[in-house]
Amino acid sequence: MIRLEYTGLSEINGSLVALEGVTGVAYDEMAELSLPDGSRRLGRVILIDGDRVVLQVFEGTDGLSMDGVNTCFTGESLRLPLSREVLGRIFSGAGEPRDGLGPVYPEERRDINGSAINPVSRQYPRDYILTGVSSIDGMMTLIRGQKLPIFSGDGMSHNELAAQIVRQARVAGSADAQEDFAVVFCAMGVKNDTAEFFMNDFRESGALSRCVMYLNMASDPIIERILAPRCAMTAAEYLAYTLGYHVLVVMTDMTSYCEALREFSSSKGEIPSRKGFPGYMYSDLASIYERAGMIRGKTGSVTLIPILTMPSDDISHPIPDLTGYITEGQIVLGRDLAGRGVYPPVSVLPSLSRLMKDGIGEGFTRADHPDLSNQLFASYSAVMDARSLASVIGEDELSPTDRQYLRFGDAFEREFIGQGQREDRSLEQTLDTGWRLLGLLPRSELSRVSDALLDEYLK
Amino acid sequence: MADTNYTITGVNGPVVTVTGGRSLPKMSLVRVGELRLPGEVVSVHGMDSVVQVYEDTAGLMAGQPVYPTGQPLSVMLGPGMIGTVYDGIARPLAAIESMAGCFITRGVDLPALDTERKWDVTVELKNGDAVTGGEIFARTRESGAVEHRCMVPPNVSGTIEDAKPSGAYTVTEPVAFVADGHGGRTPLTLAQIWPVRRPRPAKKRLRIDRPLFTGQRVIDALFPVGKGGCAAIPGPFGAGKTMTQHQLAKWCDADIIIYLGCGERGNEMTQVLDEFGELVDPKSGQSLMERTILIANTSNMPVAAREASIYTGMTIAEYYRDMGYHVALMADSTSRWAEALREISGRLEEMPAEESFPAYLPSRLAGFYERAGYMETLGGGEGSVTVVGAVSPQGGDFSEPVTQNTRRYIGTFWALDRSLAYARHFPAINWNTSYSEYFRACAGWYEEHYGAGFGELRARMMQLLNEEANLQEIVKLIGADVLPDDQKLVIQTARVIREGFLQQNAFHKTDTYTPPEQQMAMLQVIMRLYDRGRELVARSIPLSQLESTGVFADLCRMKFGLGEGKTREDYMALVDGAADGVMEANV
Repeated sequence: MIRLEYTGLSEINGSLVALEGVTGVAYDEMAELSLPDGSRRLGRVILIDGDRVVLQVFEGTDGLSMDGVNTCFTGESLRLPLSREVLGRIFSGAGEPRDGLGPVYPEERRDINGSAINPVSRQYPRDYILTGVSSIDGMMTLIRGQKLPIFSGDGMSHNELAAQIVRQARVAGSADAQEDFAVVFCAMGVKNDTAEFFMNDFRESGALSRCVMYLNMASDPIIERILAPRCAMTAAEYLAYTLGYHVLVVMTDMTSYCEALREFSSSKGEIPSRKGFPGYMYSDLASIYERAGMIRGKTGSVTLIPILTMPSDDISHPIPDLTGYITEGQIVLGRDLAGRGVYPPVSVLPSLSRLMKDGIGEGFTRADHPDLSNQLFASYSAVMDARSLASVIGEDELSPTDRQYLRFGDAFEREFIGQGQREDRSLEQTLDTGWRLLGLLPRSELSRVSDALLDEYLK
Repeated sequence: MADTNYTITGVNGPVVTVTGGRSLPKMSLVRVGELRLPGEVVSVHGMDSVVQVYEDTAGLMAGQPVYPTGQPLSVMLGPGMIGTVYDGIARPLAAIESMAGCFITRGVDLPALDTERKWDVTVELKNGDAVTGGEIFARTRESGAVEHRCMVPPNVSGTIEDAKPSGAYTVTEPVAFVADGHGGRTPLTLAQIWPVRRPRPAKKRLRIDRPLFTGQRVIDALFPVGKGGCAAIPGPFGAGKTMTQHQLAKWCDADIIIYLGCGERGNEMTQVLDEFGELVDPKSGQSLMERTILIANTSNMPVAAREASIYTGMTIAEYYRDMGYHVALMADSTSRWAEALREISGRLEEMPAEESFPAYLPSRLAGFYERAGYMETLGGGEGSVTVVGAVSPQGGDFSEPVTQNTRRYIGTFWALDRSLAYARHFPAINWNTSYSEYFRACAGWYEEHYGAGFGELRARMMQLLNEEANLQEIVKLIGADVLPDDQKLVIQTARVIREGFLQQNAFHKTDTYTPPEQQMAMLQVIMRLYDRGRELVARSIPLSQLESTGVFADLCRMKFGLGEGKTREDYMALVDGAADGVMEANV
């Protein structure tokens, strides 16, 4: 079919350009813009209004002029070339090679928007992933196929924690787990040193050859930032459901992604919702996060760990808020723990893993695990009450029980939550530490655990 | 080019503008583009119509044809719906899977029912019988737990002609005809078609006088929802909205459960499917899926279908109500529905109101919740639709528009509390901010099923919890040790109520469901402890002596003990023994 080329633009606004007199163009179709200097940019149709078409230009509109730009429509939506060779490669947010190794010879080209998994085709995730981090394994267990974000703040050690999870994650009892394990790393608007940190860490642990990277740096165009997680999820789906890998996707930083979405939305003149973010941000985030999961009859799985920095540590900010409504729990990092030098500074009370309940306990981890974690949550929450009381009336005035709670709280933070960046704890270590710490409390305070378990584990 | 005068002129996300011929009827269904994507006409301006499309619009072009159907968005109702999973516009997802694989493809046109399958039908009417709308003309066993009663459509009446004998029929084969006396003949089939946005009529609305019993102590004893009533569960993420909805869907005493996953997680629907398939309904002895219909429009499925999904669910609920069943509709979450409304409204460039939700949000919410009710059906029986809607307020802030507007149309408010959830107190229903308007109307039912004096016990419990909330303010400032013994007793008893009664473990074998008499027994025992404690305090015996007997901690675990065969009398004896012992030691 002959492709028409359109000369000139009728409007340039932010990252958007409009063309008039265009026919036969489909919604979501890709276009190629040729500049007078011979360079090319990619664009995508985001609005059709009669014969007027609005394009979003991926590389931005700087340097474009109303005339002198020739636009050619490609007849298809943005597709990502995929093959087994993508492992070990580095791409830009739009899926272009960034490592100078030339294009990927595609086995398949897939629409980056993907399609929703049919809810009846999903397999409910139940296999737990051992991360070797006590706070996570013990109290917010990660399950294969889960989407579990890390809510952090600027300057906290979320990157170190994510890298440690990638390094240590394994499925208990399976020796060959390393074989079919792959990592997809997606950076959105991050600093160069953050990307460098992950790359070094993956290289050291030998994960780099099993890793695909989609990098959009802080100085790269925002439209590519919007595409980056979609490219990453498309690659992850391909690796998982076509090639059978167990894929761990790490995305950072979702806050930059959402800000890019807001910038783009306001340039389109859309009505803003809370804090200026577009009203469809929930649906948009869901279209990324919901691509994690497992499918009945397929061997692979997609586990997603997005990282987001909460603006001014506010968990009710729209970005963490909407994320929490979509994801299956959250790991929250706390500034006060970080300040006291606890690594990883996991604030356990607001943290949660929704899929944990079906993946732990007898037949999965250990029979005492559910009750133990329940009791640790309850006891640690009582520590908070005791602490706030102590800050008012002073520690000396506390009742003996409250003082025991304070001691338990300190030990819990130091020995259970706190651990080394290279420390890989077994499940037994984690659970036994939990019981040992509960021993610091009077038995009558442990109302979440049955007498039989107390007799067995409380020494 | 195409056999239609209508063509696409513009595309903006799920909103498509169409022009040509005469304007399309508002709210009618159209098929858009060469893929024939389903859509609904939402506004009309002269020659132009605006259509919201229920599927992703990528690939649509200006100039492509649009095919009007002339019908409003409707759902086919009939046997075969139980146990099925539908998308937001009532297409069976299992059928889509077998057509298209594990990812959803576009442009699938499937009826809600299997039109091939034959049902073993008992026809109950004979030639010459006079019938009116809503009358039952045939019965068939739809699932192990549900008998499907096929009704004359609400707007049809007349005399039966050509009635077929009982036997095997598909849902579209006529089993009789209704002659209206003016030459018109309407075929009666097992299936009937009903537009989702129009409430199905009933004879009259009856007074709500019994609760939807759920086996969840905090709900049944403190904040019940009436059969035919409406409840809202607002809460921040992680507070347990979905968990509570699942518990209700599992244990409530409705005949039919419609579980509507509206813009929520895909894995949650899978969990419902898995879990309900395994669990056995204590009443019927059948799997819970034998009384459940799922509607799954997950957060990554098209937003316009999400808007339609609550009406689809409600129409199916009303249909089973008309058969004389008690139906519970769990909508998780209405906030996602409201957001879909907002997204589409924004694309239509309508004037936004609060938080850029459209100004018609309250009237749409009212229209939805008012379809609930305890009704006398057209057929003469009684049936009800109870709605339990989850609300996901942004940032857990209950002052946002969806929560505020929902509160105006519901009778029970289960306020989920972040701090309770952090302490893993589940269900995290805050007893100070929740309320129920149905308890008074259902008081008679409670006296009958819980036992005489329940109302009084409940009032005393509420008062204790209330007093404790006030005392806690003081405790936060000066600690509990300095309080006088009578106040300490209030705090200790309230703790037993909170940990021993209100807290309920959904994953525990017996604790997950508590029958009425057991709830009553627990309250009686706890109140006995309080009364005996007061006796001791009145005699100036230090409360610490009673505490050291461990009776408070024992009652906190009473919920497990009762499930393991201990009785109310055992615990009464335990309380009396502890109190008597302390009393004797101080003689």
